[in-house]
Amino acid sequence: MELSGAEIFIRCLKEEKVEYLFGYPGGAVLNLYDALEQQEDIKHILVRHEQAATHAADGYARATGKPGVVLVTSGPGATNAVTGIATAYMDSIPMVVFTGQVFTSLIGNDAFQEVDSIGITRPCVKHNFMVKDVKDLAETIKKAFYIATTGRPGPVVIDIPKDITADKALFDYPENISIRSYNPVVKGHAGQIKRAVEMILNSRRPIIYSGGGVVLDGASAELTEFVQTLNFPITSTMMGLGAYPATDKQFLGMLGMHGTYEANMAMHECDLLIAIGARFDDRVTGKIEKFCPTAKIIHIDIDPASISKNVKVDVPIVGSVGNVLKEMFKLLSVIERTPDEQALSDWWDKIEGWRKVECLKFDTCAKKIKPQAVVQTLYDVTKGSAYVTTDVGQHQMWAAQFYKFDKPHRWITSGGLGTMGFGLPAAMGAQLAHPDETVAVVTGEGSIQMCIQELSTCLQYGLPIKIVNLNNGFLGMVRQWQEFFYEKRYAMSYMESLPDFVKLAESYGHVGIRIDKPEDVKSAMEEAMKLKDRLVFLDFHTDPTENVYPMIPAGAGLNEMLLV
Amino acid sequence: MMRHIISILMENEAGALSRVSGLFSARGYNIESLTVAPTETPSLSRLTLVTRGSDEIIEQIIKQLNKLIDVVKLSDLTEGAHIERELMLIKVKAVGGDARDEVKRLSEIFRGHILDVTKTSYTMELTGTAEKLDAFIEAMQDGTILEVARTGVSGVMRGEKGLQLNN
Repeated sequence: MELSGAEIFIRCLKEEKVEYLFGYPGGAVLNLYDALEQQEDIKHILVRHEQAATHAADGYARATGKPGVVLVTSGPGATNAVTGIATAYMDSIPMVVFTGQVFTSLIGNDAFQEVDSIGITRPCVKHNFMVKDVKDLAETIKKAFYIATTGRPGPVVIDIPKDITADKALFDYPENISIRSYNPVVKGHAGQIKRAVEMILNSRRPIIYSGGGVVLDGASAELTEFVQTLNFPITSTMMGLGAYPATDKQFLGMLGMHGTYEANMAMHECDLLIAIGARFDDRVTGKIEKFCPTAKIIHIDIDPASISKNVKVDVPIVGSVGNVLKEMFKLLSVIERTPDEQALSDWWDKIEGWRKVECLKFDTCAKKIKPQAVVQTLYDVTKGSAYVTTDVGQHQMWAAQFYKFDKPHRWITSGGLGTMGFGLPAAMGAQLAHPDETVAVVTGEGSIQMCIQELSTCLQYGLPIKIVNLNNGFLGMVRQWQEFFYEKRYAMSYMESLPDFVKLAESYGHVGIRIDKPEDVKSAMEEAMKLKDRLVFLDFHTDPTENVYPMIPAGAGLNEMLLV
Repeated sequence: MMRHIISILMENEAGALSRVSGLFSARGYNIESLTVAPTETPSLSRLTLVTRGSDEIIEQIIKQLNKLIDVVKLSDLTEGAHIERELMLIKVKAVGGDARDEVKRLSEIFRGHILDVTKTSYTMELTGTAEKLDAFIEAMQDGTILEVARTGVSGVMRGEKGLQLNN
């Protein structure tokens, strides 16, 4: 029997076991919405702005490892989704985004709500498709999910003109798909693995630098086994937090611009750097010329283009990190040798010395609420097991520094693109994926207002998210840079005319609590957690002069940190 | 900044070319010339482009191109022995016996063909390496060139091996 394009769309999503579809209706996708309405398997979450649909799908993907799926209309629906698509692209998040398009016959005519979605999204997707014949629809969707979820994951856009959703074709969902031009390498090169193992055995001051690729590949167990067997120190990028237990003694904390003293110093003085699923981002390396001056570098990554892009490496290994780590571990276990124990012990002594600097210490007796204390309390109250999303700025760094993630997928933040407005919608996706877990948004009064309308979505679907607003009345990270590098000229970093967030939360049907005193932080947090089925907006009024330390200024090396 | 000729087999689909050219502009790589047409396999196009860059940049360009889903296979022809050709149509002013003779002579030296003749102009076809075509333009009297249309460089590897689907 022939099905309409809209029915085929539904059948394909069912085949892909799509649980949630995040979207917003409009003219070009009415047929799709009509078909959605006539089934119950796929639950549609109606957001209040298409940017939030993409962030929510992204949050769902990060919290589950499964692809996030989005449906938006043509024109402004598609352009609003672009920020979320670019966010997912920069962090390699698997996502499939369906954009409606005007009738095939109208394309190119500047029709109502027409935009070149393929052209606009091209630089920020892993791939995109326009479906020009309903007979190609099912196969295109199959390809999209395959591309989005394999290799280095990423968002894929499918643009569907309205007539295609009405046209009819036989439904035939391909079981398997192969694309002749797309064959991601999974298995690492045996010779390279051997060379890497040899370097590991000869190292005296090694460090492991792991990144988001470990989380994306679900390779936490392999990483942990590898690191603990070798007794090597490990640091992580912001994107990689949670892949290795942060409370373990071998973990040095995050590295980079706001990384710990011990992590950055160990990077600077190591003789072997083992990069695993990380991409030598400028926020990690500091000044490239000063980066790891004495180190040989091994780099394991699924994406060959990430290797030797910013920093030339000695042993590149292309492959899935889990797979390569397993192979390396196997080889290490059959070789009778181990790295020089005395050298490693001396290296650890040196690292312990750096640790004693206690670079993350802050004033715990202050009269004003310290933002670090709020994150620390969140960690204590949730026993380190919450799903934490963030927006972008100072609060994001404090969350990364003070919430110690022992498990992957719980830390959900926009690392590459640095998208303000990400936190709340991403939390919606995480909460839908894990209805019984605590999901907290660590945010600031600037960021939260960028997708504040989603408080309405949260009410509609009963999402009991806990919003931890670090309200210092400033765009804190901008203010910090202006204080350090622009002679305290605070251009536009002060947020005047802030709303009363308590009333705002209440007007959306949620609970709002304002906290002004340090001694009230914990009780407010506990009260919020007790309200298991309610969204609680915790508005913490924090010390506006607080800065994020350590900090590596632009142009400096990892050993040139500003400490408190 | 070495000159490289990169030849790409890619899906003969709408948008494939813009993915390649978009990649170059987005990442700040330069393209000196670019030429594209279908191959003997109708589903495949062959795109050849000339670019310049350090070894690191060329390595990145090749990796990034390989990442594009529409790119099936590619090769940096300048890595080995190869043949490079470009076609140029050039129209020059040719008035008066001496000038007309000179243009004709030069065309012969460069093994060009004269395709169109009027009382005041010659239009010639020349093929060769980009360098040879540059030399011909250089050899024309100042101010006499009316129009130049070049195809951009195309090329293949020498010998039996080449850029094919199954090897």
